[in-house]
Amino acid sequence: MITRHWYTFGRTAMAGALAAGLVLLPSGARAQMLMNGAGATFPYPIYSKWFEEYTKVDPEVRFNYQSIGSGGGIRQITERTVDFGASDGPMTDEQLKKAPAELFHIPTVLGSVVPTYNLPGNPKLSFTGEVLADVFLGKITDWSDERIKALNPSANLPKQPIVVVHRSDGSGTTYIWVDYLSKVSKEWEQKIGRGTSVNWPVGLGGKGNEGVAGQVKNAPGALGYVELAYAITNKLPAGAVKNQAGKFVEASIESTTAAAAAAAKNMPADFRVSLTNPPGEDAYPIASFTWLLVYKDQQNEAKGRALAKFLWWAIHDGQKYPSALLYAPLPAPVVKQIEARIKEITFSGKPLLAAQ
Amino acid sequence: MSPASSPSAEAAERLALDVRPSALGRGRSGDRIFDGLVKATVWMVLLLAAGLVCSLAWESRTAIAAFGWRFLVTSTWDPVAGSFGALPFIYGTLVSSLVALVIAAPLSLGAAIYLADLAPLWIRPPIAFLIEMLAAVPSVVYGLWGIFVLVPWLRQSVQPLLGRALGFLPLFQGPPYGVGMLAAGLILAIMVVPYITSVSREVLLAVPNSQREAALGLGATRWEATRIAVLRYGRSGLIGAILLGLGRALGETMAVTMVIGNRPQIAASLFAPGYTMASVIANEFTEATSDLYVAALVEIGLLLLVVTVVVNALARLLVWSVGGPVKGGLA
Repeated sequence: MITRHWYTFGRTAMAGALAAGLVLLPSGARAQMLMNGAGATFPYPIYSKWFEEYTKVDPEVRFNYQSIGSGGGIRQITERTVDFGASDGPMTDEQLKKAPAELFHIPTVLGSVVPTYNLPGNPKLSFTGEVLADVFLGKITDWSDERIKALNPSANLPKQPIVVVHRSDGSGTTYIWVDYLSKVSKEWEQKIGRGTSVNWPVGLGGKGNEGVAGQVKNAPGALGYVELAYAITNKLPAGAVKNQAGKFVEASIESTTAAAAAAAKNMPADFRVSLTNPPGEDAYPIASFTWLLVYKDQQNEAKGRALAKFLWWAIHDGQKYPSALLYAPLPAPVVKQIEARIKEITFSGKPLLAAQ
Repeated sequence: MSPASSPSAEAAERLALDVRPSALGRGRSGDRIFDGLVKATVWMVLLLAAGLVCSLAWESRTAIAAFGWRFLVTSTWDPVAGSFGALPFIYGTLVSSLVALVIAAPLSLGAAIYLADLAPLWIRPPIAFLIEMLAAVPSVVYGLWGIFVLVPWLRQSVQPLLGRALGFLPLFQGPPYGVGMLAAGLILAIMVVPYITSVSREVLLAVPNSQREAALGLGATRWEATRIAVLRYGRSGLIGAILLGLGRALGETMAVTMVIGNRPQIAASLFAPGYTMASVIANEFTEATSDLYVAALVEIGLLLLVVTVVVNALARLLVWSVGGPVKGGLA
C-alpha cells in the first residue's frame, strides 16, 4: 500500500514535469497554456470551480491542480515543479529560506473549524478556548465537569466521560484547531504546540472530516472538530465559541469572514498571519486563510502574466463563488491589501500587471 | 510414493539437460537471444527490488542519522518537536495482523475443507465464487462498513459482553470505544479470509484421491481421513495459504486506518486504539512538511518492508521445516 502512495506522488511529479516540457515546446499557433498547481486538499472544491469558471474569462489557460496536501504543495513549489503551490498553513521562515527565490502568500478564501459533539438530544453548547484546550489535554474528562456546566447552565449535561476525537491524517483543519488552542492555552502551546499533526495527549484519531464525524456520531459523549462546511452539510451539532471580545459566536460564513476583517488592521505585508482568536465583536475565533504560493519573479513572461491575471480575477470576481461551496469570501479591506501584492509579481523585474 | 517418484525425476532431469542448446550442439542465435532476454528480466526484477530498498534508505537517511536504533524502540511520535519513534506502529502492525490470522485461519481452513471434500458437488462452485468475490471488494468499502456497522456493534454488544465474560484477562479490559485493535483485527480477518480459503481449497483439491481412499479403506471416519490423509499431505501448501493472508494483512492500509483509532500507543487490551505502519504513512505523508518528518515516515516504510520480509522469511523456514508431502504415504 505504500507503493500506491509513492506511485501517486511520483505520478504527480511526472505529470508536472511532462506538462512543463510540453509548455516549453515552441508552437506556431496560439497554443493553450497549461498552468500546473499542487497542494492543499481543503480548498480543492473552490479551486476547481474557479478553474472551470476562469476558462470562460480566458479560454487559453487550462489548469491542472493536484490536491496532494499542503506539504506536497510546499515541496513542489520550492522545487519549481509546479507554477503555483497551495497551502492551508503559512510556510515557516525556514521553509521560505529553502525556496530558490522570494515566494508570495496570496490568501484566496477562508475556512473555519467547529467543535462537534454527541450528547443525548444534542443541546446547543457553548465553549471557551480554555475549556476546549483542557478537554483536549485530558484535564477535563467528564461532561458533568463544573467548568462545562458553568458555560451551559440550561443544558442537561450527563455524567459521561468525554471521548476526544481528532484527525489522524495531517491536515490544515488540525493546524487551525491547534493554532487556536495554542493561543488560548499556555500549557497547550508548551506541551503540544502547532502543526498539521501533533502528539495528541488523549483521544481517538479519525481519518478525514468524515472519519472524525463518523466516530463522533458513533460514540456517545464524543467531542471532535470538523470543518465548518462539513458540519453544515451534514447537520452536525456545532458549539459556539467565546471570542476575544468575550462574545459567544457560532461559526458561519459571515462570522468567518468577520475574523479576517478584524485582522485586516494588523495584517502583515506577507499575509502569513494566523487569524485564530482575532479581535472583533462578531469574529468567530477558529478561522484561517488558505493560500496560493507563487514566486514574486516569474520565469516565463506569458505564464506569469496569465497567473497574475488569474489571481486578480480570483480575489475579485472569483469571490462570488465561495459562499455556495461553504467557504468564506475575503473581506473587502483584505482584498485591497492583496491587490497591492499581486501587482508586485514581476518577470525579470518588470511588473506583469501594470495595466490594472 | 518416494520410490516411484525418484526415478521419474531423474529421467526428467536427464531430459532437461538434453535440450540445452549446447547439448544440441547447434546454439542458434535465436536461442541465445531468448536466453539473454529472460536472464535480463530476472536481473531487472532483482534490481528493482534492490533499488526500492536503496531509495527508501537514502530518503530516510536524515531520520536514520538523527535517531539511529532508538527509532525502533521508542514510542514518542511528536511531529511538532521533531521526535520520532516507531515502536507503537511496529507493535500495531504485528498485533492487528496476528489477531486477523487467529480469527481467519480456522474459518478459512474450515470453509476450504467443506468446499473441497464435504459439500454437495453442485453447491461448490457458487460458494467458492462468492468467497472469492470478497477479495474483490475495495478496502475503503470494508473501512466504511467497519465505521458504520462493525464498530457500533463492537461497542454496544461484543465488547461489553467480552468485558464481562473475559474481563479478568488484560486483553479484554478498558472502555469499549468500538474502534481499536479488535476492530482492525476483525476487518483484516474478513479481508484475508477469501485469500486463505481459495488457496487452501486449491491445495486440498490437489491432494490425490488415493490418499483419501486409502484412509477410508482402512476404516477411518471422514474427519480422520481429512485430518490424517488430506491435511497432513497438504500442510506446507496450507501454511503457504495462511502466509499469503498474513502478507495481505501486514500491508493493508485504508480499512485499518478507518477503524483502528490511530493512536500511537502500546496497550495490552485489544479494546484500546492502536496504529499501524502503513496507516501512519498514509495519514501523515501528504501534510508532512519538515525534512526530518518526511524522512521518519519513509523510514517507517523501510521498516514495513523489512518486517514483511522477515515475517515471510520466518514463515518460509516454517514451511521448509514441516516439509513437503509426507514421505511414505500415510504415517
